[in-house]
Amino acid sequence: MSIVPEFIVRFYHKTASPPYFYSLSNKLLPWLTAIFLILLGYGLYGGLYLAPTDYQQGDSYRIIYVHVPAAWMSLFIYVVMAIAGGISLIWRMKIADVVLISSAPIGASFTFIALVTGSLWGKPMWGTWWVWDARLTSELILLFLYLGVISLYGAIEDKRTASKAVAILALVGVVNIPIIHYSVQWWNTLHQGPTVTKMDKPSIHLDMLIPLLVMATAFKLYYAIAMLQVAKVEILMREQNTQWVKKLLEDK
Amino acid sequence: MNSFAEFLAMGGYGFYVWMSYGISTVVLLLNVVIPIIQKKQFLRELALKQKRAK
Amino acid sequence: MSLMSAFFAVIRRDLILAFRRRAEIANPLFFFVLVVSLFPLGVGANPKLLQIMAPGVIWVSALLAVMLSLDSLFRSDFDDGSLEQLLLSPHPLTILVMAKIIAHWLVTGVPLLVVAPLLAIFLGLPEQALGTLFLTLVLATPVLSLIGSIGVSLTVGLRRGGMIISLLVLPLYVPVLIFASNAVEMAGNGLSVDPQINILIAIFFMSAVLAPLPAAAALKMSVN
Repeated sequence: MSIVPEFIVRFYHKTASPPYFYSLSNKLLPWLTAIFLILLGYGLYGGLYLAPTDYQQGDSYRIIYVHVPAAWMSLFIYVVMAIAGGISLIWRMKIADVVLISSAPIGASFTFIALVTGSLWGKPMWGTWWVWDARLTSELILLFLYLGVISLYGAIEDKRTASKAVAILALVGVVNIPIIHYSVQWWNTLHQGPTVTKMDKPSIHLDMLIPLLVMATAFKLYYAIAMLQVAKVEILMREQNTQWVKKLLEDK
Repeated sequence: MNSFAEFLAMGGYGFYVWMSYGISTVVLLLNVVIPIIQKKQFLRELALKQKRAK
Repeated sequence: MSLMSAFFAVIRRDLILAFRRRAEIANPLFFFVLVVSLFPLGVGANPKLLQIMAPGVIWVSALLAVMLSLDSLFRSDFDDGSLEQLLLSPHPLTILVMAKIIAHWLVTGVPLLVVAPLLAIFLGLPEQALGTLFLTLVLATPVLSLIGSIGVSLTVGLRRGGMIISLLVLPLYVPVLIFASNAVEMAGNGLSVDPQINILIAIFFMSAVLAPLPAAAALKMSVN
């Protein structure tokens, strides 16, 4: 008798099937989009309008409402990719492959956003577009990791082999994330790095915190939406010769 | 914040704040729009291929 | 053939092949020397500046030289079919991959070890740092081969895998670079390097144990 309830196991097996996953995505997307837009609206309203002006940073701190959620997502998505890679390698699940490669461009985009908005925040605040401290350097390397996954997948012609390759790469890379962050932090403290990021303030005003958490949740929903959109294309490409895709075309 | 002009100015940091939000919006929009376009294109091409194969 | 003898047979074979193709040993070495020499030309011969930059310059150049040499790890075997033979052997591929990595390090890493102290003197690295430089190279060049093998095995099937190997492998090299060059810099300032060396030792053991596994898995997948 398994500890996992029967209906979860059945659901797990069902989603492993591409046609089911495809139709499930289509059913979920409107709901995800609706909730996302509501949360986004509330988060932006709270962050850009309701939250009080910071006594030290003025209104420039409001960049936090995209910068921090984007940075959180950049890390979260890579971990999701690593988990998907593990599932793919262990259980040879096609959908896991699809989730992995669909997430990569989104993760890279969030990393890019985190870096750019960070620079835009840093320039007026600390006078420089860039500094080689622990967080920035780690985030830059994370961008390279994402680009590596995307490039490797594109470079290998047989997509089944390509999927296995990026699964291995994602798993190896995820080990690297804490290592890089830790090593660069060490390097930074040895060089007496310039600043501690403003987020390490012990107490953040609740009016400022709530929009942040709302935006973070909104971004998670966005990830699901964007990932499913990419996944649908990926599934169609992989399954183009199957019956269910042919039927899908006929139904149009 | 009182007026819309003040809202846009963001206490003098308007350029940085709106650039950040602007770039983020563009990037996130592209990540959704591009796959949707790709899907339509792919299905169109696939339909053509199938017609030719018949 | 026992696993032990297979292991050493692979090492011996790779060494013999490398000696027949001297270019495999010479090219990374020349590259290393050339790149280090370019820096004084590029940034000006200010001795104080060169001294400050020396640890980083030597380490970055060594890293690039190893990266360039990585392709040779599996390339010729892949081309002539002996890689497939390796995969078909009854011995665990992870061990055989380890043998190839060791051979690769002997052929590419060790010459760097010999030449680096000389280059360090050219850049004006303080003498008290030379020992640390050598130690970091001894500890970390095997790590470069180990981690590099993962990147190469993922791309061995590709026709032109060169640039992509760098993209895959560089993020993984960063911690090694940071700790190694930092150790040499601290040594130059007369400070203790125990923490950095300890971490390099840890990284060495971690990669020695962990790296051959994904490399072997990636090889199996690439060659099929």
